[in-house]
Amino acid sequence: MRAQAPAAPGPALSFTLNGRNLSSADGSIGAPTMRLLDLLRLHAGQTGTKEGCGEGECGACAVLVDGELVNSCLVPVGQLHGCNVTSIEGLPRDDPLLSAFARAGAAQCGICTPGMVLAARALLERSAQPSLDEVREGLAGNLCRCTGYARIYTAVLDAAAAGASPGTQAGGAPGLPE
Amino acid sequence: MSTPAAHASRPPPAWYRPGTLADALAARAEWGRDLVAMAGCTDLMVGWNAGARRVPSVLDLSALAELRTIEPGPDAVTIGATMSCAGIAAHPVIAARLPMLAASARQTGSVAIQNRATLGGNIMNASPAADNPPVLLAYGARLTLASVRGARTIGYDAFHAGYKRTLAEADELLVSITIPFPPPGAIGYYRKVGTRRAQAISKIALAALVETSGAADGAVVRGARFGFASAGPVPLPAPALSRALHGMPLASIDAGRVAQALAADLSPMDDIRSTAAYRRSVAVNLVLAALQSARREVAQAAYTG
Repeated sequence: MRAQAPAAPGPALSFTLNGRNLSSADGSIGAPTMRLLDLLRLHAGQTGTKEGCGEGECGACAVLVDGELVNSCLVPVGQLHGCNVTSIEGLPRDDPLLSAFARAGAAQCGICTPGMVLAARALLERSAQPSLDEVREGLAGNLCRCTGYARIYTAVLDAAAAGASPGTQAGGAPGLPE
Repeated sequence: MSTPAAHASRPPPAWYRPGTLADALAARAEWGRDLVAMAGCTDLMVGWNAGARRVPSVLDLSALAELRTIEPGPDAVTIGATMSCAGIAAHPVIAARLPMLAASARQTGSVAIQNRATLGGNIMNASPAADNPPVLLAYGARLTLASVRGARTIGYDAFHAGYKRTLAEADELLVSITIPFPPPGAIGYYRKVGTRRAQAISKIALAALVETSGAADGAVVRGARFGFASAGPVPLPAPALSRALHGMPLASIDAGRVAQALAADLSPMDDIRSTAAYRRSVAVNLVLAALQSARREVAQAAYTG
């Protein structure tokens, strides 16, 4: 039995990024071994996603693939055929997490913030009213060197209390002690 | 079993993403390890990013729905090789019947890693520090490997042949992992010791499954199986320790006996994460903690009747 594999290089590849269709046919996707992170930043102009460690340790490059949180530095684009990718630019402007982060002062230098917000979005999809422990576990793969995390947790709990789906107005949840 | 002559008649494709296991095995038969099998990519891509190796030709297993399965049976669960750690941690039968596996899957890096990392990758990557292998050793897991020549099932405890070497032939793929349910009353213990409580690579880790008989104070070890991470060049079972504890009253097992047995089982080293001396002494402490927890559970079972 011989392989059916084509010995030719590029497989046909297409997926959706923030609602826009990308395809190897029109050249908007490069080599299948390219990191999703590089596609986002260098080719698709979506620079909201940051590169921190490049090793899957820090979560700065986290995005959603079919709603699941992944580190885009560890995803080759060849695996994304038919997937739906959401980077921070694809999050609705009225997502209550964004206003909750701003209100709580949950961003300082901002490098971790896009990944942090998307990790929080993925968490709230799994668990609409997470406990503080669940928030800590859900964000544990996202490192922040500025805030000490307390204001980030406050923001996520605040957004959850407000019924954190886009289109709802955030209300006041009890914050964490400073 | 003979190794097929992998004389490729044509160069491997840069990226091959088969849609069926049969196509994947055919590619394996033609190109062997010239195509690097990848699924979750959470470890292999770290190497690419560091620029340590050139990017290899890839056999991408992520489209094989038939390997992304969890099938509970009457006596065991069979997990497809590319099932994610997140999928394993969230499965109700695994949580109920194989809680150590649910725990190790949930401690395999962060949420973003667990969503991508696969159980098969954690095994085939063959890191001595991998998080799930100790649990698979303690539960007595079996691996099913397949090639175009057929499939075979082998005990996981014999799979790792040396540092980053396994019994898998160049034309084989790991397709599934079968984990028998422990007998009623068996007591599990899993603990990963790292620099931090979460998301650190292990300095040392232990999974233990202990069966006892007899009442609280006189409970005797009827069987004990162990799996260690970061205690030698491969994930290690501890057969000398299992033999040494067999038939012993739980209350009588002391550090000296455990240390003596482990001297034969473990071969830890000094590296960037820890020292051999620390690993030896914490290994003994972890075994004692596992036995202590077994004593507590036996006492509690006697109390609650």
